[in-house]
Amino acid sequence: MTTEAVNRAGTPLVELDSVSKYYGNIRALEGVSLQVHAGEVSCVLGDNGAGKSTLIKIIAGLHQHDAGTFRIQDEETRLSNPRDALDRGIATVYQDLAVVPLMPVWRNFFLGSEPTRGTGPFQRLDVERMRRTTREELLRMGIDLRDVDQPIGTLSGGERQCVAIARAVYFGAKVLVLDEPTAALGVKQSGVVLKYVAAARDAGLGVVLITHNPHHAYLVGDRFVLLKRGAMAGSHLREEIALDELTRQMAGGSELEELSHELERAQGKQDD
Amino acid sequence: MSATAPAPAPDRPGKPDKRADERLLKTSHLRKLLGRPELGAVVGAVAVFMFFSFAADSFLRAASLSTVLYASSTIGIMAVPVALLMIGGEFDLSAGVLVTSSALISSMFSYQMTANVWVGVGVSLLTTLAIGVFNGFMLTRTKLPSFIITLGTFLMLTGLNLGFTKLISGTVSTKTIADMEGFESAKALFASQFTLGGVAFKVTILWWIALVAVATWILLRTRAGNWIFAVGGNMDAARAVGVPVVKTKIGLYMGVGFAAWVSGQHLLFSFDAVQSGEGVGNELIYIVAAVIGGSLITGGYGSAIGSAFGAFIFGMTGKGIVYAEWNADWYKFFLGAMLLLATLLNHWVRKRAEATT
Repeated sequence: MTTEAVNRAGTPLVELDSVSKYYGNIRALEGVSLQVHAGEVSCVLGDNGAGKSTLIKIIAGLHQHDAGTFRIQDEETRLSNPRDALDRGIATVYQDLAVVPLMPVWRNFFLGSEPTRGTGPFQRLDVERMRRTTREELLRMGIDLRDVDQPIGTLSGGERQCVAIARAVYFGAKVLVLDEPTAALGVKQSGVVLKYVAAARDAGLGVVLITHNPHHAYLVGDRFVLLKRGAMAGSHLREEIALDELTRQMAGGSELEELSHELERAQGKQDD
Repeated sequence: MSATAPAPAPDRPGKPDKRADERLLKTSHLRKLLGRPELGAVVGAVAVFMFFSFAADSFLRAASLSTVLYASSTIGIMAVPVALLMIGGEFDLSAGVLVTSSALISSMFSYQMTANVWVGVGVSLLTTLAIGVFNGFMLTRTKLPSFIITLGTFLMLTGLNLGFTKLISGTVSTKTIADMEGFESAKALFASQFTLGGVAFKVTILWWIALVAVATWILLRTRAGNWIFAVGGNMDAARAVGVPVVKTKIGLYMGVGFAAWVSGQHLLFSFDAVQSGEGVGNELIYIVAAVIGGSLITGGYGSAIGSAFGAFIFGMTGKGIVYAEWNADWYKFFLGAMLLLATLLNHWVRKRAEATT
């Protein structure tokens, strides 16, 4: 078994301690602990069904935990909805539902937090500012958009993720939760997204990166929490673990070993 | 003038570097135009207008145009909120009978309870808004498809309209309220005429224009508009970024209630009595007008102006066939064909817009 990751200097932005979640008689998550520090990337690794989505939903305020404690900057909390999470500086970027595809980039960028001008019945969107800010913020993240008026659905998967990240950073998120940002992307695009993850980290945000790819996690991660079948299978600091070991421990690690044994045997039989 | 300093970028006249991005050069106005949801409806409306201008001699007369606009406005008033609702990803099958309910309520309430029609008009507004809230609340609470919820409301309202009217007035139509207090002033608001350049126009045309203008303002320039597009385009994403999904949807149904109230009051004050069985089937006409106007049936895309053009096509076709002295049976065929063409165009637009990587 592994050593529990020790607390570093300073209080974590978000801390989960033995958090559990049950759906009726189904144990979706049990006894999971996680720390998110400013300027660090905490990776949550796990195979399909390991409980990664449940964990995110708790942090994002979509679900409430049933047991354990959930602290935001040392204050015990129970988030009631996503708005609540956003107000406390936790922004979540979902893999597939990050954006509204048919809406222009600038409308997506400000969705839910639109700036307005004027008062009363003449209160209206500050369109000029929305367009300009979107362009500038994306440019700052290194995304040079041709046209902020194009539907966001016309952007590539990686670009969309980056818009969502830029958006979270702009709205003053302290904690950025990324749900499998690289899952549906090619190698090059994954690299681009990871670059923005690193950029967000360097900007002082605490990042929670959920992924089932240990290679991607190891490129940017400072802490690694492994989930397996709803329970915590390991928690490591970067110094304590090498990529090989992480990969092995990751979901499918032991199964992979078994599989390779089996394949070897099959190979051996053929050679006979 | 120095010869060594040529004018910067002489091949790009007109806009002095307002756009910072050279890749935008080919984003012609044509592409922008193709991206508008109203495109199909505008093209269709022009085609239908040309067609009847040639086919029917009397079509281009000012009086005929006034009639066409009136017919369009009665559909258009309802097509506006129905289009907004569709952009928000939902249907309202009860919209047609709700108009009749609204007229019945104000007529019967005024007749039975008070002497002033304005009281009935007010009660009617509250009731239609409440029915809108009911639809929206049931929808967001049960998460059933709006098709089912509003089909239920549709059938219930149809039954209530007939049942209550028979119960109270003994026949299928309401008693006349023409001699009651406030009738004239209410009629002035909902069913009067005004003259412009020697031609009489119905006041519903003004209601229609006002509704289209307000709806367009809401859609394109307010936070609520952004939310309407978002809840229709991707409800989960909208909820995740903090858009009040439930409030938005209930608000949209209340919009339908409001327009049904305007429409119903017009119905009542044009004739002073109401047939309780009216309105059934009209909900489909509103939906078709919205779809022809470029609203995606799956939500997230469309416009209020488009719905106005959709309604205008309805008005022109309905009256144009009469002016051309054809059999009115052709009306439905035309509309069906228009609907199919419009939907195909919309489908193509959406595919283009959603094309990824």
